[in-house]
Amino acid sequence: MAKITLIEGVTLALARAMEEDSAVVVLGEDVGINGGVFRATAGLQQRFGDERVIDTPLAEVMIAGMSVGMAAQGLKPVAEAQFCGFTMPMIDHLMCHAGRMRNRTRGRLSCPMVLRFPTGGGIHAPEHHSESPEALFAHMPGIRVVMPSSPSRAYGLLLAAIRDPDPVIYMEPKRIYRWQREEVADDGEELPLDVCFTLRDGTDVTLVTWGAMVKETLQAADQLEEKGISAEVIDVATLSPIDMDTIIESVERTGRCVIVQEAPKHCGVAGEIAANLADAGIWSLQAPVKRVCGYDTVMPLYRNEMKYMPSVSRILHAVNQVLEVS
Amino acid sequence: MARTVAAFKVDHFQFLGQDGKLLDEQHVPAVARDFERLTDIYRLMTLTRAFDKKAIALQRTGKLGTYASSLGHEAAHVSIGAAMHEEDCLAPMYREYGAQFYRGVKMSEVLLYWGGDERGNDFSSPRHDFAWCVPIATQCLHAAGAAMAYKLKNEPRVAVSIVGDGGSSKGDFLEAINAASAWKLPLVLVIVNNQWAISVPRSKQNTASTLAQKGIAGGLPSIQVDGNDLIACLWAMEKAVSAARAGKGAFVIEMLTYRLSDHTTADDARRYRPQEEVDQAWEKEPLKRLRSYLIDQGAWDDDREQELIAECSQFVQQAADEYIDMVQNNPQPVTAMFDYMYKELPHDLVEQRAHAEQFPEDGGHH
Repeated sequence: MAKITLIEGVTLALARAMEEDSAVVVLGEDVGINGGVFRATAGLQQRFGDERVIDTPLAEVMIAGMSVGMAAQGLKPVAEAQFCGFTMPMIDHLMCHAGRMRNRTRGRLSCPMVLRFPTGGGIHAPEHHSESPEALFAHMPGIRVVMPSSPSRAYGLLLAAIRDPDPVIYMEPKRIYRWQREEVADDGEELPLDVCFTLRDGTDVTLVTWGAMVKETLQAADQLEEKGISAEVIDVATLSPIDMDTIIESVERTGRCVIVQEAPKHCGVAGEIAANLADAGIWSLQAPVKRVCGYDTVMPLYRNEMKYMPSVSRILHAVNQVLEVS
Repeated sequence: MARTVAAFKVDHFQFLGQDGKLLDEQHVPAVARDFERLTDIYRLMTLTRAFDKKAIALQRTGKLGTYASSLGHEAAHVSIGAAMHEEDCLAPMYREYGAQFYRGVKMSEVLLYWGGDERGNDFSSPRHDFAWCVPIATQCLHAAGAAMAYKLKNEPRVAVSIVGDGGSSKGDFLEAINAASAWKLPLVLVIVNNQWAISVPRSKQNTASTLAQKGIAGGLPSIQVDGNDLIACLWAMEKAVSAARAGKGAFVIEMLTYRLSDHTTADDARRYRPQEEVDQAWEKEPLKRLRSYLIDQGAWDDDREQELIAECSQFVQQAADEYIDMVQNNPQPVTAMFDYMYKELPHDLVEQRAHAEQFPEDGGHH
């Protein structure tokens, strides 16, 4: 079994999905001969041809709108937006059409499309390349939002997203595209959508996160362990709908919860999780729920981007706050 | 020194004069002599107008929500439906009932949709057509995507989308032209230019002499036709649809017509549009023109007209009755809002659905 990176997990899943279903087509800017600016689609056009791995004109609205049309008429488009910032013009077609197609027609038409794109900061990229807009998409009815945080989850969740009969936004945390290598069997086995993955068991505090922040959160858990504090780490993975059962079950055991997200704090997914804890988990909580988030500012240009994002020390600071409450 | 690297022209086609006489007896398309077909189409145009009148009456008496009238567009709309094959795909905007009726959408379904019931979009046929599309011009890209799907699957099918003069200002329309040109898609984009985008006249959209030339800018063959001349509309549509089906790529047709009604029943065009302009436009309207032609050719007469009017009135009443019966006696349950969100309901919606079920009587139709 090969040891692969997260982005290689994406490529492997795309190839697998294209192999098993001729309705799957990949489209986007530079996804063909160039193999994508991050190499996510490397080799696919050579293998599957330029009718199934389609270099599009430079037009994001068109990529989203045509994907809706293709999906409604029997294809399974897997569209790529080159960077998270370039998904903004696509929102009309996602919000107004992809998420509504099945409901609008009482099931007569559907929209089994995937839109995948790199998200988040930390790679010294120019403006509009580093944002974390997951809450925008998670607020859209009729659309799933998925973010993997490891090579195996990248593979298994992308396969599930492509096979899903409804639209899925698949956000790739590009800062950890090549962080870890992991043995991933190309066996076509998907991982379940709509569930969290518990990455580390613990008893004193529950750390909830997703995407690239899994890295800092696991590092924080390591440092806590050295101090004799046992932290459970949960990767939410599907951000809409959120698997609150797993989170609440954990908090019932630990009594404390810190949520870590790279995105701005206000109206974010962390806030939704906290609200659900206040609703259904409050009697288990021994301390207030803390959120460690990006600030409600514009994402700084790259010299300051790491100051914007939650750091291990900011996570530890919040954990200390919830542990101090007795 | 400059040299011309591109030059273009836009042809305008009209066969039937305002008086219903052929402009040039020598040069008419074959369809102008197919009286059986033309009378069938005339019947549907008349039915569409009767339907429109009924829908507005239902709205005015509180039995229908906001409704977008198709008055004056009948030649343009019905020609679009008539030129398509059943397996082709229509991505309409929201007032092209004539095209949809030709393709099999029921009048009661149109009423259901404007009556606030999603079941109106569950067309009995054709099952693959797109539903009405309110965000302006977005449907152009859905049609381009459909055309791409047919092309990749090697199916000899054509996608047709309709946009207004206002919609032609939107990026979606231009991006659809661009995509259709880049990939030679089996797509026909029809600009039904009715001169008004709610209160903004055609002259304020841009100063281009035609809207068809936007297609030329993107590399597509593009023409303009008199959108009140059924023969010109049908001829152009058939030419474009068959070229697209034959793999010759996409086509843009601008149909010049006039919105004789308000934008919707929620609009009052008297606030921004002079009555003289509307009166003049009535002189060019499509039904009278086609009727005069058919009468001149001996294919139609007053008796048949009276019979048709009675028949239409009966059909639209039946449709209204079906619609009223459906919403009154067979309304959608509260759970319907959940049941079509996803193929399988996710856990969070299962919970919300169960919650909603506890309050079945809340928020009834107001």
